[in-house]
Amino acid sequence: MKDTLIIAGRAIKNRLFVGTGKFPRKSIVKDVLETIKADVVTVSLRRVDLDSQDENILEFVPKSSQLMVNTSGARTAEEAIRIARLSKACGGDGWIKIEVISDSKYLLPDNEETIKATEVLAKEGFKVFPYMTPDLYDAKRLVDAGAVAVMPLGSPIGSNRGIKTKELVQIIINEVKAPIIVDAGLGMPSEAAECMEMGCAAVLVNTAIATAKNQVLMAEGFSEAVKAGRKAFLAKGNQAEQIKAHASSPLTGFLHEK
Amino acid sequence: MSFLDFIKQYEGFDFKKSFDQVKENDIITALSGDNLNQSDFLALLSPKACAYLENIAQRAHQLTLNYFGRTIQLYTPIYLANYCESRCLYCGFQAGNEVKRTKMNFKQLEKEAKFLAEQGFKHVLILTGSSRKQTPVEYIRQCVEILKGYFSSIAIEIYALTESEYSQLIKAGVDGLTIYQEVYDREIYKKVHLSGPKSDHQFRLDAPERAASTNIRCVNIGALLGLGPWRSEVFFMGLHAKYLQDNYPQVEVSLSIPRLRPHKGKFEDVFPVTDQDIVQIVTALRVFLPRVGITLSTRENDVFRDNLLSLGITRLSAGSTTAVGGHTSEFDEANQFEIADTRNLAQIKQVLAEKDYQPVLKDWMHLS
Repeated sequence: MKDTLIIAGRAIKNRLFVGTGKFPRKSIVKDVLETIKADVVTVSLRRVDLDSQDENILEFVPKSSQLMVNTSGARTAEEAIRIARLSKACGGDGWIKIEVISDSKYLLPDNEETIKATEVLAKEGFKVFPYMTPDLYDAKRLVDAGAVAVMPLGSPIGSNRGIKTKELVQIIINEVKAPIIVDAGLGMPSEAAECMEMGCAAVLVNTAIATAKNQVLMAEGFSEAVKAGRKAFLAKGNQAEQIKAHASSPLTGFLHEK
Repeated sequence: MSFLDFIKQYEGFDFKKSFDQVKENDIITALSGDNLNQSDFLALLSPKACAYLENIAQRAHQLTLNYFGRTIQLYTPIYLANYCESRCLYCGFQAGNEVKRTKMNFKQLEKEAKFLAEQGFKHVLILTGSSRKQTPVEYIRQCVEILKGYFSSIAIEIYALTESEYSQLIKAGVDGLTIYQEVYDREIYKKVHLSGPKSDHQFRLDAPERAASTNIRCVNIGALLGLGPWRSEVFFMGLHAKYLQDNYPQVEVSLSIPRLRPHKGKFEDVFPVTDQDIVQIVTALRVFLPRVGITLSTRENDVFRDNLLSLGITRLSAGSTTAVGGHTSEFDEANQFEIADTRNLAQIKQVLAEKDYQPVLKDWMHLS
């Protein structure tokens, strides 16, 4: 069955997006990405060291993967915009994950600043993927500002607690006309599958893979779970389709009986 | 509002009694929940918690993995000068000691910077003694301008500044401030800081807050372990970090746990801090403040440093020297204190790799 996600003109087969921080060795990042044939890979610009081949994380990202630079460390829209512009120097083609965090205690994204940065960067031609605290109105504002997808958190970064924001994310999936990618908080493959069953277009995972004892195996687990969840979503059909598909009306049919 | 108000609330407080009153159940509660409060932190620092050290360590390890992963940030210090106008009994560079005073000129600094950059360092911490006269803010600013060409992050560990002075240095390219209160107890502070600008307890205590309010990116604070009874000192240090997090959430707060090292001059009034105490300190801090970075300097020896790695440490210094211009051996002068871990960057990287940790040399960049 052909089921390809297309974002910003790029066909994406593997709906598991992978973050590259927190790994014990950069070489493992490469093993993980190659094993699961990762299509989309995020890299923090703050960690990119163009001066050193050994230290440069970009050397460990397969050329076939789509690089998504993230603005980790930005505390304001202005800083995120500057980081995005600097990212052009590392050869990215404009895919940028906006991450604006002005709260060092819980590491929650600042939606207001994220919207501002999205607006500016989308106008400059960046393909903007904003990381956000799930909120329907803000998700719509992000899409209006030019985001190509919206990335609500499942639970706070690094918490490995799964999709605690399920109800809010489901509403965003139902109402927002852009791919929804759950980013942050997923601790186990079953949680990634759950997101996909809900209708997420993709999920982004870093901590759970990077801190596993066997990172490659955990990445495979996530990759398979994402595929399984996607298949289940397609198999059940989405709610709107189900409503349209009810040809017979066992409960209200009497109204039409003569 | 100042953190001093918080310290004042605890003047006359019977820490010993409070620690003795901790029950085993308090420790178990502290280890089972999130968002720990002051009482939980106190329980983790209590003598009774020693019996639960492995449990606290396991929790600390897991929290560190979740929030920092298997990565350790590396940096190296650069001593710009050792002129000092303060008399602090525990320091080798204090004004009262007979040491040859010196300061790097810009040419020497450039040489030092080039050498360190070639080794692969991207983050540096620049230090001076407490002398506005010999190392004015303008001199430090010019040093920062030079270092900016070589490093992606520059932090300062200098005398306490005013808000506008911090602002000048941030504008020049400084993104981090390290400033240790040394000792939170005001009586002991007075006793060990005989004279000079550093003898002003409150001006120093409020320095991290002044820097935070000028929007510095990172603030690293600490107490010099050994100057006062460690349990109450670490309690204040942890609460100081939390105070900064609560009031300046945009600032990345981190902690250092320096332990008194042998140095020139005699200071024997030391409160003992054992290796086991350090383990309790690191792990209790981590469980109380899961997202705060913890720095371990080369004051500790290599074996101990390596063992502490997985307990909550997120940042290490490497290839350290505490002598002015010590990296390029231009000077053969006094050290502020003795270094216990003399390994260079390549050796530290090797050890981290063996322990399955990724050395992170670059974790920020200048945005302007």
